[in-house]
This record gives sequence, C-alpha cells and structure tokens, in this order.
Amino acid sequence: MPADFSWIRPEPWGIHVVPADAWIDPARPVERALVTHGHADHARGGHGQTVATPATLAIMKLRYQTDAGATPVEYGETIALPGDIKATYLPAGHVLGSAQILLEHAGERVIVTGDYKRRADPTCPPFEVTKCDVFITEATFGLPVFRHPPIGEEIAKLLGALAEEPERCVLVGAYALGKAQRVIAELRAAGHSAPIYLHGAMEKMCRLYEEFGVPLGDLRLVADAPKGALAGQIVVSPPSALNDRWSRRLPDPITAMASGWMRVRGRARQRMVELPLVISDHADWDELTRTIEEVNPAESWITHGREEALLRWCQLHQRKARSLALVGYEDEDD
Amino acid sequence: MEAFAALVDALVYTRSRNAKLAKIAAYLRETPDPDRGWALAALTDGLDFPAVKSSTIRGLLTERVDPVLYALSRDYVGDTAETASLLWPEPIGQVAPPPTVSEAVAALSAMTRASVAIDLAHLLDRLDDSGRYALLKLATGAMRIGISARLAKVAFAQAFAVGIDDVEEYWHGQTAPYAPLFDWAANGAAPPDTEALPLFRPFMLAHPLDETVIDMAEYTAEWKWDGIRVQIVHVNGETRVYSRSGDDISGTFPEIAGAMQIPCVLDGELLVRGSHQGGAAGGDTQGGAASFNALQQRLGRKTVSKAMLSEYPAFVRLYDLLIAEGEDWRPHAWEQRRAALEAFVPRLDPARFDISGVIPATSLDELAEIRSRARDEAIEGVMLKRRDSPYVAGRRAGLWYKWKRDPLLIDCVLMYAQRGSGKRSSFYSDFTFGCWNGDPDAGAELLPVGKAYFGFTDEELKWLDQHIRTHTLARFGPVRETDKSLVFEVAFDSVHTSKRHKSGVAMRFPRISRIRRDKPAHEADRLDALKALISD
Repeated sequence: MPADFSWIRPEPWGIHVVPADAWIDPARPVERALVTHGHADHARGGHGQTVATPATLAIMKLRYQTDAGATPVEYGETIALPGDIKATYLPAGHVLGSAQILLEHAGERVIVTGDYKRRADPTCPPFEVTKCDVFITEATFGLPVFRHPPIGEEIAKLLGALAEEPERCVLVGAYALGKAQRVIAELRAAGHSAPIYLHGAMEKMCRLYEEFGVPLGDLRLVADAPKGALAGQIVVSPPSALNDRWSRRLPDPITAMASGWMRVRGRARQRMVELPLVISDHADWDELTRTIEEVNPAESWITHGREEALLRWCQLHQRKARSLALVGYEDEDD
Repeated sequence: MEAFAALVDALVYTRSRNAKLAKIAAYLRETPDPDRGWALAALTDGLDFPAVKSSTIRGLLTERVDPVLYALSRDYVGDTAETASLLWPEPIGQVAPPPTVSEAVAALSAMTRASVAIDLAHLLDRLDDSGRYALLKLATGAMRIGISARLAKVAFAQAFAVGIDDVEEYWHGQTAPYAPLFDWAANGAAPPDTEALPLFRPFMLAHPLDETVIDMAEYTAEWKWDGIRVQIVHVNGETRVYSRSGDDISGTFPEIAGAMQIPCVLDGELLVRGSHQGGAAGGDTQGGAASFNALQQRLGRKTVSKAMLSEYPAFVRLYDLLIAEGEDWRPHAWEQRRAALEAFVPRLDPARFDISGVIPATSLDELAEIRSRARDEAIEGVMLKRRDSPYVAGRRAGLWYKWKRDPLLIDCVLMYAQRGSGKRSSFYSDFTFGCWNGDPDAGAELLPVGKAYFGFTDEELKWLDQHIRTHTLARFGPVRETDKSLVFEVAFDSVHTSKRHKSGVAMRFPRISRIRRDKPAHEADRLDALKALISD
C-alpha cells in the first residue's frame, strides 16, 4: 500500500490524528489533546485529556487553574494511543517543556514540530533531529530576511544601552513565557548580577522556571521597588505593557523589545521600540531550511507563518512540500 | 559610513523630536567635512545618483536571490532598500574596510548604468546590514526615515548655535556638501551671499484653527484658495516660480515666469482661469478660478503645449509680499505688507496676477457664516492672519491659522487591500473601496471609487489587518480581494469626473473617517450619491 498518511489530517483548528481521535494543539476544546508547548495559542484549556510534558502541564495549570485530565510524558518517552498510534515527545528547544511530537502508525512516521529553534537556550534542552516521513514544520520566520543574530550580540547591545544612560532604565518587552526567562538567564550568563525588575504578570512564570531548575538570580517586582531604585536597572514586562500606563511609573525608560520581528525596522517602529533586540524562540530562515535538510523527510508540511516562501524554497530544492491552512497561531509577540 | 549608519538607525527608532535633533546635531558637530555635508544632503533629500534606481537594487538582488523569495520578502518588509540590506549575501573572502560617506558618494556619482551592477555590489560587500541600509537609502535619494528637511536644518542650527531663519535663507543657494554653510556656522566665516540670486525663501505656514478661539479684532481673514502655494522670485532679469517645498516649477508655468519684470519675492496661490468651472465673480467670493481638477492638468509637466496654455491658463492670486525692489518687508507687520502689496499689484499684468481679497468679518461666528455660504469650488477654506505678524519661516504658534471647510462624507465598502510601506509596512493598510452602481439587493455591483491609507488609529490598523487576513476571497500578487463586508465612512475634500476610472469619478484627499462595523455592506452609498457631490 502506498504511503498516503491519510490517518493524519490537518484541519483549520488543529491537526487530527484520526485513529486515536486525538488533536495536536487544537484551537478548541476536544476529548484528547496532544499539546506541544505552553503558549496560549497552542495550549488551550478545557480538553478532556491533555498529553504533554510535565513542564507544559505545569504551565497550563498555572494558566487555567486546573490539571484535570493531565497525562505527563517525559522527553524520549513513547505512549500508546488508541487506534494503534504511538506518540513520542522530543525536545523542540522553543521554551521550557516544549516538544516535537513523533507519531507512528502503520509503519509511517510523522513529526509535528510545534514551535522550535536550533539555538542554544539555557532554559530548555536543544531540538533533536529525528528521521521521519512527514515533517510538519512551523514557519513563523519563514522569509529569508529573518536571520537572528547571535544572542550574545543582542545582550551586549542591551547592557551597552544601560551603561550609556545610567539615569534611565531599560524596559524590555518580552513574551511572559519563555522569552522573558531566556533573556534573564542570558543576562546572568553575561555577568549581569544586579536585581532584575519584573512586571507583576511575569512573576509566577519565573518562579515556575526556577522550580524546574532554571536559576534566574535576584528578581524583584516593579511594584515593590522604592522610588528611584529603578534608574540604571533592567525591567522586564510583557510586550503589551510597553506603551501602557503601567510604564509611566518608570524613570524615562528606554523601550526595548526582544523579538524576531525586530529585524524589520517598520515592525520596531510600529511597536514604538527604541532599542530593538532581535531575540527569537523560533527558528530563523537558515534554521528552518537547515532543519528540513537534516531531517530529510519525504514530505514537508508547512504551517502557521509565512508558508509561501518556505514552500518555494522546498520547490527550488526538489523537496516535496505543501502548506497547511491552520488558523489562530499568530506569534505577533515573539 | 558606520557613524552615518548608526545615526540613520538611531533616527529610525527615536520618537521624540528633541532626541532626534540632539542626535543629528551631535553627528554634525563630531563628523569631519565633507562627510557631514554629504550626510546632511542625504537627510534633506539633496542627493541624486541617476545610475542608482530602485530597479537597479531589485536587479542586483534577483541575480543573487530567487526572484520569488525576493518578491515575498519585499512585500513583507515594505521597503526595497531594507529588503536588500537584509537579503544581501555576506561576501566570501577578504573585502576592503567600509567606505567613508565621502568615498561612498564619490563612488556612487561615478557609477553609470553600465557599471552600477558591479560597483554598487562592491560597495555593499564592504558594509554590514545597517551600513547597507544607510548606503541604499542615501543612494536612492529617499531616506523616508521620518526626518523632514526642516528638522535637519533645525538640527544644523542647533549644532552650531546659529539662527534657523538664517540657515533656511542661506541654504538654498548652496549645494552639497555645503562647505560655505559649515564654514559660516561652524567656523564663523561670512555667510554665503544670497542677494543676487533668485533664491527660494521659506514659506510662512499656518496651524489648523481646530478649537482655538481668536479675537477677530487682532486678525484678518482671507480665502484659502484651492490651488498650489507658490513663491515668485524675480532678480536680475530672472524669474523663478517655486512650489511649497522649494522646487523650481518655472518650466511648468512659463506664462507666469514670463509675466514678471519687477525685482521682488511674492507669495500666492497658483490657480487656473475658468469662470465657467468655478463660482461667478463678485458676491462673497472672488471668481475666475477653476477647481483643483483643472489645475491638475497642468501639474508635473516638463513641457507645456500651446493648447494647454490656452485651455488651462494659469495665474497667481497673491497673498503676501516678502521683498520688493531691494526692500525686505518680512520684518514688518502683515498690515504694512498688505498695504505694500496693494500698491504693488496694479503694476503687474492683470491676466497673470491678482490679489487675494480680505473677508470683512468682525467675529468668528460671522466668518463661519460667510465660510459656509461660499460655494466657490476653488475655495478650500479661510486663513486667519494676525494683523501684526511679521513674515517668518515655518509654522509659528498664534500668528496664522487655517480653517478648512468641513469634509464631505460617504459610506463605501472595502474591496481590496495591499500592504503598506514605512510605518505601515507588513500591515494591510492601503485600501481600495467602492460604491454600489445601483440597488445591491437587485444585483448591483461595487465599483472602486477611491483608495486611502490613512485616517485610522494604530489599534484600528491592527484590527483591519486581522479583518483582511480572515476575509480574503482571492489574491492577486500583493493585493487581497476581500469579501466586501466592511463599510468605511470615507471623508474627502471634493470629487470630480474622471475618464481614467471605471466609476467615472475621482476623489480628492480621501481618508478613512470611521470604520462602520455596525453597517451592513448593502446599506453603503450608491455611486449616484457620490456623483451628486461632483464639482468640476
């Protein structure tokens, strides 16, 4: 019988693993969900059963206040699902707990990457290249203009701006799950041991990271800081708070944002960012194309992001590929 | 080039005007000649390298990057120079160190159409991505980084603690890299001589009146004509007609340039004769001027045919007098300048020059009434000028105000959207909208009537972008056709008949006034409603 992968079906609201009636990162409540990682657009609440790594389940519990139906799977662990489906969770290198899911059925192997990157990240284990027949890859930064510089350069830029204007503070907008902790961990690795001040919305997630063995050093809340204490300090907030009333209490902040979109000047200006930091938890163009070459699947299915360009690249390199029209995965803040 | 590239990047990301001024001023102080002069020319759009075009850059890139990937990237980034700077492949092997701004300018000037592909590539190889961006922006002569020429000049004045009016005045006789200008400002040398040249003097501009309440005892009112603001300069037998931006448009309006013989600098509105098109002479308004649509036939032409000259004869309706026969009237009060202008105008050819009348109004209420009664389509609104105001460059608080007529409004349906550029890059922000050509419930169709890309807030822009992505019916290259479910209230200044558009109408200054999420598309206006507002 020819391989047709008919047992796995992309629908607009998620990827359906038909024999197990399981859904990967479904955008609406289902009976059985396989969740790649804890970002809200992938890990929605209200499922009957949620299969994910322990860290992802802890993140979901923090957000949805319940762990009903939680089924933990460790990296490298395989669980059997109804309909003769085997699912193995492999590190994706995106954020704490993030996983690719390898599905096996009838001798066919399909990998769903969820979101991933190939760079070193002190907060999570690196992406594992694994052989498969169908590789379902994200394409958030799927345009050749997106090339993330080494993170060391961007951290140096941040520390340089801080040193240059010691009477101001640097306010870094960063995704509350993943990006914030990675930026803090990289600052620590670069020798920045001063307290780092947090927007209240980030506190719990940082504590959770520490419980999972990622030390983040001296963290304090902006709300608790005495007047004048923030000059010359780094403050981390969700991107939505950058131009919000909240930031008015800060001493003439230099507005920074840690995001792969900062590579394009227009995007930085739209967010009214003065100090763009090109730091992303997604694969850039080179990582996306290198990963397809290394995994070397029979087919690549491309989803959420700029699919057209990666599809074109696959054509140019004689690789079989198609794009999926999944909705609701817009990583505007990464 | 590194310092210039760092300046360009800093300016891109800096929001506050004062911080921008400080950055430019610091660069001008710290950078040696002639680099700083070339940089200043780049910031004020004063450079032109004919061999380097946007298409040249596109050509260079598509030799190195797959054309489809290039097009997708360009579409997303919204700027050719930036796309190229990001996509440029890192050179293999050793390359020369980055060029200075002067070296780059010299190399760009020497390029020909035959050599540009190789020479520009060599320059790009020597720079990093922000250097490439700065170089390409400089090379194509369109920085578009939110720096007006005026801002750069203010920064120049600030850098060397000299007067901005002096800078503006001395500027126009100079060419890049402005050695005499820097010599004067930075080293205290004598200023460049401007007396004997037909130079542009910066215009005095007005603030919108908005909610400001003024005392009509201190102000005088004039009509604001709907043509183009011009300055007529006559020195040593030479006449120049300058547009508002200081561009020399004498060649486009030879009948004006040829009609002036007295040494002077005058400020006025360029209009086209046509009482059959405009309001009648007399009454509350002055007649004899056609609508802007008629003037448009004459704009942007390098050569003018005899037929054009007779069909659309131009004249200047004078507002102000700056200099006459060696006397500089600019420091004097408006009332004195007006008296001098009234004495001056009878000496001019009445076919080419007349004087803009003063509106007799003793209160804003009275003026509002006269304004609302004015049906002359050549009138854009009224101007309020402080009687004791000197003629000063730029917009000064409290001296001049403009009070435009209320815009016209119509409800249209969003039909197509395209990504914008600059501040709106990567967002679907250029909208084409249409009106029904009959009863939509009886099978009428939408016909496009205009395009707009402003009028909405940043929040609304995000919402619109999302709406378009989720309501796309089809794609034609970069253009998305929507499901035509969204209604815009569109504001515009006027509407005219047009043979170029299928709908037969063209709007002037359309902008999105409100997003009518509450209104179903079939209740949007019909073409007939728009045609009823036509004022040709």
